Amino acid sequence: MPETDTQKRAFGRIYGLMAEFSTAEQLLEAARRTHDAGYLRIDAFSPFPIEGLAEAVGFRSTMLPLVVLVGGIIGCGTGYFLQYYAAAVSYPINVGGRPLNSWPAFIPITFELTVLFAAVSAVIGMLLMNGLPTPYHPVFNVPRFALASRDRFFLCIKARDRKFDLAQTRSFLESLHPREVSEIEV
Amino acid sequence: MTNGSSAPPDVTQPGPIIGPGYNYATVTDKISAIVLTSRPPKWWIFGFAGAFVLVMLLLVSVTYLFAEGIGIWGVNIPIGWGFAIVNFVWWIGIGHAGTLISAILLLLRQQWRTSINRFAEAMTLFAVSCAGLYPILHLGRPWLAYWLFPYPDTMKMWPQFRSPLIWDCFAVSTYATVSLLFWYVGLVPDLATLRDRARNRAAKIIYGILSMGWRGSAVHWYRHETASLLLAGLATPLVVSVHTIVSFDFAYGLVPGWHSTIFPPYFVAGAIYQGFAMVLTLAIPVRKLFHLEDFITARHLDNMGKVMLATGLIVAYGYMTETFMAWYSVDTFERYMMWNRMFGPYGPVYAVLILCNILIPQLLWSRKIRLHVAALFSIAMAVNIGMWLERFVIVVVSLHRDFMPSAWGMYYPTRWDYFTFFGSIGLFLSLLFLFLRFLPLISIFEMRELVSPQASTRSEGEA
Repeated sequence: MPETDTQKRAFGRIYGLMAEFSTAEQLLEAARRTHDAGYLRIDAFSPFPIEGLAEAVGFRSTMLPLVVLVGGIIGCGTGYFLQYYAAAVSYPINVGGRPLNSWPAFIPITFELTVLFAAVSAVIGMLLMNGLPTPYHPVFNVPRFALASRDRFFLCIKARDRKFDLAQTRSFLESLHPREVSEIEV
Repeated sequence: MTNGSSAPPDVTQPGPIIGPGYNYATVTDKISAIVLTSRPPKWWIFGFAGAFVLVMLLLVSVTYLFAEGIGIWGVNIPIGWGFAIVNFVWWIGIGHAGTLISAILLLLRQQWRTSINRFAEAMTLFAVSCAGLYPILHLGRPWLAYWLFPYPDTMKMWPQFRSPLIWDCFAVSTYATVSLLFWYVGLVPDLATLRDRARNRAAKIIYGILSMGWRGSAVHWYRHETASLLLAGLATPLVVSVHTIVSFDFAYGLVPGWHSTIFPPYFVAGAIYQGFAMVLTLAIPVRKLFHLEDFITARHLDNMGKVMLATGLIVAYGYMTETFMAWYSVDTFERYMMWNRMFGPYGPVYAVLILCNILIPQLLWSRKIRLHVAALFSIAMAVNIGMWLERFVIVVVSLHRDFMPSAWGMYYPTRWDYFTFFGSIGLFLSLLFLFLRFLPLISIFEMRELVSPQASTRSEGEA
């Protein structure tokens, strides 16, 4: 018995619809129009970063720089207090009356740990915010999606979107002149 | 196929950074085909076999070293720092060009870096791995190397945080970690390409795991670019700090020839100089063997030649300042050190060093020579040798005659010194051969950006 569109959505059988484009400009234009048409849960896939595409799919800004700043500050504090604690508190040695908290000598390691912590937070922050590693993702069920890492550009409207309706959304995507529109199975 | 020796007639116009007629699909296919082939080329097998033999030599040398102690080397009082430290500084210097290309040229929006950055970053990592070996091998009790790191131990002791040797330990380990992270972040989208293009099931699974499920989402790209820029911004001061700290190992000491404030900038310039020489040494055969002349073009060789020339002149200035300051200081020991460096028992080493580092690279002023592949390769080789000799002069020649003539001595490297050095070259080359075989040696996604029509209009002003 053939299922209706609503059933398909209700049973969570499809993740969304995927439209394929040949150029970055087409994808950018399509993403803008889709967003303007009121679809909010959309995503675009490209073989290389495209300026303005993230904004076109409704992305505002990333917290990543803040994460890196906080990481750097933590690294800086860790570096300095590690040395301060070791040299002035835990094992103070009086060398000719020189100050125990000899801060100029502590700068190099403080700097190195600042960079280390900031860099590690940049990488871990980027991966976690992007939800990577992702062992399984429905978009890969579209066979042609393998070309997203080569020379094709894809726009996806997710079934979770409030405006999503299989037939209507499909005809909307067709109106954007893609090469092909396909269903993404969950 | 463009040949490096055929110069474009118009000298005011820089050559292209990529050959004509490429699009997203062809750059992807061409670079990934190198990795995804089931049979490596013959030269690869022979090259890797040769490098692997040298790795075995390294293992033999290290085993014997651990069994016998550093007495198997030529080091003794007064020359306690022999080949091990020379090689350490040499290897770490090689790494610096990779970071310069991947980070500093990224921040400066130099698009020509794209086709050489992945490769140069890999070189950085492998060079740092080789460098990292030496301080540990040089320890009398290498099994206690972990004492360099601060940890709450039962002896209630801490490392001496005021010592440049500890700074070095932090600097080099941070540098290795950050370089690895930066390299991996850049690799993730390309690993995804390999995952999607691999036909072999094992390759698909391995690249799949390594690419972490990357799917090229617009938002992911945005964060990826942000992270790359931030990492570049962090790596830039880091690379300067690393060789600065390496130079502190010397400059902090009172030995004439070491105790000098010019060391940090002069070491950093020397590192970039030699690093670019090594990039050229490797890039020239690789572009030839993999037929990548369209991606690593004459323009790249020309630019790298220019960077070498510029940094070489900074190094030359450093030598001149050192010599001038020795005379100007009116310090007996400083003046003697310089005289001994030029005319003492190791005088010929200094002469060859000046020849390799200063005289020969002046040929790079000629555009014709910069575009002549064989000449450029020979100059790069000369610089590699010259920079190794520079470290030999700094380390050994400064130590062998310091203040008291009664404490003078000579350093004669033994066969084990040489074996360990050649062994580390083998380790470096083996890692490089494995990299060429299993990972894309040119950043594919950045090449796609380069061929996109969007980018070519943007690049006009920036290139």
